[in-house]
Amino acid sequence: MPEEITLSVFRGDESGGQEVEYKVPVETGMVVLDAIHYIQAHDAPDLAVRWNCKAAHCGSCSAEINGSPKLLCKTRVDDYAGEVIHVRPMRTFPVIKDLVADVSWNYEKLRQVPAFQPAIKAPFTLQQRDVDRIEEFRNCIECFLCQNVCHVLRDHDAKDRYWGPRLMIRIAELQMHPLDTGDRLELLHEAAGVGMCNITKCCSDVCPQGINITDNGIIPLKERVADLHWDPLGGIVRRMHK
Amino acid sequence: MTEEMERHDYDVLVIGAGGAGLRAAIEAAEGGARTAVLGKSLLGKAHTVMAEGGVAAALGNVDPLDGWETHFYDTMRSAHFINDYRMAEIHAKESPDRVLELEYWGAVFDRTPEGRIMQRPFGAHTFRRLAHVGDRTGKELIRTLEQKLMTLDVDSYQEITATRLFKDGDRIAGCLAYYRDDGRFALFTAKAVVIATGGWGKAYKVTSNSWESTGDGAALAFRAGADLADMEMVQFHPTGMTWPPGARGILVTEGVRGEGGLLFNSEGERFMERYDPARKELSSRDVVSRGIYKEVQAGRGTPHGGAWLDITHKGAAFIKRKLPGMYEQLLSLADIDITKSRFEVAPTIHYTMGGLRAAPDTAATNVPGLYAAGECAAGLHGANRLGGNSLSDILVFGRRAGSAAAEFAKNQALPRIDDAEVQAEVERVLAPLARSEGENPYKLHEELQDIMAAHAGIERNGPSLEKGLGRMQELRERAEHQRATGSRRFNPGWHGVFDVQNMALLGEAILRSAIARKESRGAQWRTDFPEELEAEGKVNYVQRMTEQGVELRTEPVPQMPEDLAAFFTRGVAPGLANAAKKE
Repeated sequence: MPEEITLSVFRGDESGGQEVEYKVPVETGMVVLDAIHYIQAHDAPDLAVRWNCKAAHCGSCSAEINGSPKLLCKTRVDDYAGEVIHVRPMRTFPVIKDLVADVSWNYEKLRQVPAFQPAIKAPFTLQQRDVDRIEEFRNCIECFLCQNVCHVLRDHDAKDRYWGPRLMIRIAELQMHPLDTGDRLELLHEAAGVGMCNITKCCSDVCPQGINITDNGIIPLKERVADLHWDPLGGIVRRMHK
Repeated sequence: MTEEMERHDYDVLVIGAGGAGLRAAIEAAEGGARTAVLGKSLLGKAHTVMAEGGVAAALGNVDPLDGWETHFYDTMRSAHFINDYRMAEIHAKESPDRVLELEYWGAVFDRTPEGRIMQRPFGAHTFRRLAHVGDRTGKELIRTLEQKLMTLDVDSYQEITATRLFKDGDRIAGCLAYYRDDGRFALFTAKAVVIATGGWGKAYKVTSNSWESTGDGAALAFRAGADLADMEMVQFHPTGMTWPPGARGILVTEGVRGEGGLLFNSEGERFMERYDPARKELSSRDVVSRGIYKEVQAGRGTPHGGAWLDITHKGAAFIKRKLPGMYEQLLSLADIDITKSRFEVAPTIHYTMGGLRAAPDTAATNVPGLYAAGECAAGLHGANRLGGNSLSDILVFGRRAGSAAAEFAKNQALPRIDDAEVQAEVERVLAPLARSEGENPYKLHEELQDIMAAHAGIERNGPSLEKGLGRMQELRERAEHQRATGSRRFNPGWHGVFDVQNMALLGEAILRSAIARKESRGAQWRTDFPEELEAEGKVNYVQRMTEQGVELRTEPVPQMPEDLAAFFTRGVAPGLANAAKKE
């Protein structure tokens, strides 16, 4: 008999629900998403889970495993030896069904970010060292785990005042592009609410891509906004030289 | 009872939101068409995101001798000359502009020391040609297109699945689709429809493809009367993961070999020296896949039935910079540090070269108003696709499909869709939920994959293919009687019913076409016809669904004009020939 593990999976929708236990035979190297697929094929064909690539490239299968925000495809079941594995949808967003959360708010905000405005036509001449930082940010897979774990969004539900770490990184990659002429500092200060971030770095801790969201992205953005608002003369000079 | 539903009218409806679909939608919208794009997943999650190694474009940034002529030459040779030369020509000429356009829209590629877009070597490309961002190029590409799309007036529908195309007389008229979140229907009427739904690698068990690659668009268009071509040509990528079991088939980018990785058998031989002494590890994918397969057959395979891939000699810093995704993937899924140890790889289903037959300049199918671009379309890659040519394909032909569809829509009135047909389709789609007994879609999908692996794998022969066809026809009949439990709300079992139906139809088409092509060429390797035959190289196998059933016919492969044919008479790539001349 192969070894078995127990998964306790949230089943329900926005009107409520509860965890249901399933037994799954373990395979070597199994990830939680494999276990979910086993449950679908054998016990619960209608168990809802969002996934695509199963290789941590697409950022679809975000959920909470024993309380921690994780990608289901990248989390090994042997990390939880001897434990029941509790799998629940991301808490910060409304649940659609089972493990699937409604993340449409993130796309609404992404649409509101003014696009890249290059100073010149391509081909660009850019040194690797000038793009290393924005390549780090563009490595984002839009799994929204950072949004899920952000206290401002998760505990205070202040989505009307702060757009969250993913959006900060999107804005940072544009602001830090050497050839971008757009100006998103007022947006950051006002609607996007960069000041709401209190630098607990939880977003950086959960990022499956290892993006240093707070130190490399949000703090420099805060500094730029601070320069503009508390050092107006320096801010104008810097804007002219961007 | 008549089901109430949303109704939308568009000039151009794009089905599929991967690279080809988004590029088509961008072009159609910029051409003034009222445009919508439907995606089966969330925006930016489509299979394009998994492309790793790069986008092939003869920019000549690191090898100035490169040019469209050599890219064209490499593509034709790799395709074993059964592809459409005109598509290969357009593709080679337009790829550089499509890449630079991405840079202008915000894509950030790795740089050369001079600050230009970096290009890496890849299998069977004469020159270093793949523009890339580490090993996550597909993500950069789809993210850029997603961000560009958001600046335009395009309606983007997410997590919505099309189940049927409708026609108004001969011309295309739109589709019925349902939303995943609550199962409600929406009817889309459109003057032109672009199919950009990708391939059907999920018909195989060991595959690098995501769950989305079920060939929906190709199957829908085939049922609507569009021609399928070259269906037997299914690409095995030489290097998929072999272990652990759950990770079997997950892609290891060709970039590992591009950046210097070497292949060894269990006896420590660099066996590719036997199969392609000149190009070795960087031979074309069909040759490397067969090489690994033959080594395993000969008893020289690794513990999990593959070959060793070793890049440790390049050093940890280089590997982490050039292949960060691979480093992370092998470490987290298989506990292997590729900077310190070799690892096992084996062929995995990767790409469907065959598909909807599309005109080279416009991506138009034989159904008026219906276009096809990207992996769902046939014609560019012939019997074997070059690595990196897929990302360029979706940009070049996505754009052309969007442009042609918008142009077509300008001269058309809105078509009419017959209400009775819509209601019949609604009933068909809801039927699995109402059945108290029926086939389980998960089990049927597994059986389907078993049939494809057993009969239409890397090595094929006539009797086995015939047997496979019989089994698949029987499975396709059973697929009409599937049952889904639960409600219409985000129900993957219900969704799987239609995936299985689509893959069964296309699987059957693969088997039928593989039976017809009695030779070995590129991805089609028949042990009963081991040679590449001149006569077979002059035809494409084309299938069409009629009221009497599926008809298979041959069409002549388009013959190159003299100026293009001349590239192949010198025994050396055009870029190298020109250089020799100058000296």
